[in-house]
Amino acid sequence: MSSTRDIDKLIEMMARLPGLGPRSARRAVLQMIRKRGQLLAPLADQMAKVAASARECLNCGNIGTEDVCDICRSEKRATGEICVVQDVSDLWAMERGGAFSGRYHVLGGTLSALDDIGPEDIRIPQLVARINNEGVTEIILALNATVDGQTTAHYIADQLEGRVRITSLAQGVPIGGELDYLDDGTISAALKARRSI
Amino acid sequence: MKGLFLSHLRMSHFRSHRRAELFCDGRPVALYGSNGAGKTNILEAVSLFSPGRGMRRASAEEMARRPESLGWKLVGAIEHGADRHEAEIWSENGAARQLKLNDKAATQLALGQIARVLWLVPSMDRLWIEGAEGRRRFLDRMVMSFFPAHAEASLIYEKAMRERNRLLKDQKRDAYWYGALEAQMAQAGAQIMEHRRLALALVSAAQREAETAFPVADLELVESEPIEAEGLAQAFADSRGRDLMAGRTLIGPHRTDLEGVYAAKSVPAKDCSTGEQKALLISLILANARALAQDFGAPPILLLDEVSAHLDANRRAALYDEVCALGAQAWMTGTGPELFEEFKERAQYFEVSEEVGISRVEERFLG
Repeated sequence: MSSTRDIDKLIEMMARLPGLGPRSARRAVLQMIRKRGQLLAPLADQMAKVAASARECLNCGNIGTEDVCDICRSEKRATGEICVVQDVSDLWAMERGGAFSGRYHVLGGTLSALDDIGPEDIRIPQLVARINNEGVTEIILALNATVDGQTTAHYIADQLEGRVRITSLAQGVPIGGELDYLDDGTISAALKARRSI
Repeated sequence: MKGLFLSHLRMSHFRSHRRAELFCDGRPVALYGSNGAGKTNILEAVSLFSPGRGMRRASAEEMARRPESLGWKLVGAIEHGADRHEAEIWSENGAARQLKLNDKAATQLALGQIARVLWLVPSMDRLWIEGAEGRRRFLDRMVMSFFPAHAEASLIYEKAMRERNRLLKDQKRDAYWYGALEAQMAQAGAQIMEHRRLALALVSAAQREAETAFPVADLELVESEPIEAEGLAQAFADSRGRDLMAGRTLIGPHRTDLEGVYAAKSVPAKDCSTGEQKALLISLILANARALAQDFGAPPILLLDEVSAHLDANRRAALYDEVCALGAQAWMTGTGPELFEEFKERAQYFEVSEEVGISRVEERFLG
């Protein structure tokens, strides 16, 4: 077994990644070893580079390879709108859509008294500071529709009330969705947010 | 008339049952056998086909057959008119309960849309004289039978309240944080209070409109908070000082009480005799079932544990007649078949016995 100890270790580490299990980790490692030149070595190089350079943007909390991320540095994104999200994965989801041209603020979590996560732990003071520094006119709250997500949204809205326009993402029928498959809560929210066409 | 019923139930390593299977045709089910044979365990199994923790509020681990403690599984077929749903509920090695509906993973709330189950168990005999919590739970189960969304509102309210209680316990003074939690508690709380009022009105009407051998209970909610979200949020904000001193939330729908009065005698339920208190509870369960039959299109499945033993022969016959007229599948337990003889051929009979720690269930044709 000792001859495969390093490979086993690699499989075990890969299996800890989200979306992978022991079986898929074994398949991925086997494929990388078979294509060592095209896959394994470049991957190891790239991972080493990212490990050395990846960091949180000091302004918005996005992940990049420099102190201030591309979005915060871009003058084109200084529209006066900041979209507040819980995690970097939410920011990436918004960017994939390409519909938002402003900047972001990544909280890195939600308020949770039970988990001892308070406003200082989720970058709310930094958000308040950005309102003044960046001439922000609108805060768009794009937080999860869970109790913790909505508590955080209410908290931010109350803190910034009267200082800036505050909006949140609409809730309702997804594009391409069928009403029959929606839960009662979503249908009720969609009905409340109905509009003229 | 057949409404909603469980046509098949298989229990595997559940409580005292290693493996037991019952096939039912929608008639009431009479389970009889000596004490400790495993009759109530069958009722508990049926209660798990509705959202919540079942009629004993036990953890999944406690439901496993001992000494094996391998985990357990229930398989049931729920029939409602032309619809048939296969439900599987299981727990492995004490892990949380899992549920599949028609071979697909499902939530408890989805189960609530399909099956409505109400129960009356001996521990509820002291419902009117014990603390408000038991009455609230009884009330909320009635409410949930009409409004499955009540469960979700309750979950949101409780989660936000737990968070608020933690802030109070830690003596935190962040008004924005309290405000954010109170806004959610108020919204969910107003929904909870509205559901309770509507459900109580339905049950009260069903009691008054029916010709029944059981006494009418006048019901009233004891609550002092405003019922609309805005007023409730303000009430939470006003109560922060007192709540901080107590270290918990002192007002809100989680403090509501249910008061019952024996209408014909104008006597509070808590001052009635034991038999009268039981009769009032049966009356409420039957009224709930009647109202639900109109609202949902079918009466709920009823679980009546040891209910016959406390009734004289006339009342027992009246209960059986009402259950049959309602078309409800009532699962009932008793120590002997003679307790069910007024049913004659209108019920299905199963004898439950126990040998060397293993329960056995066998259908008997007694009618």
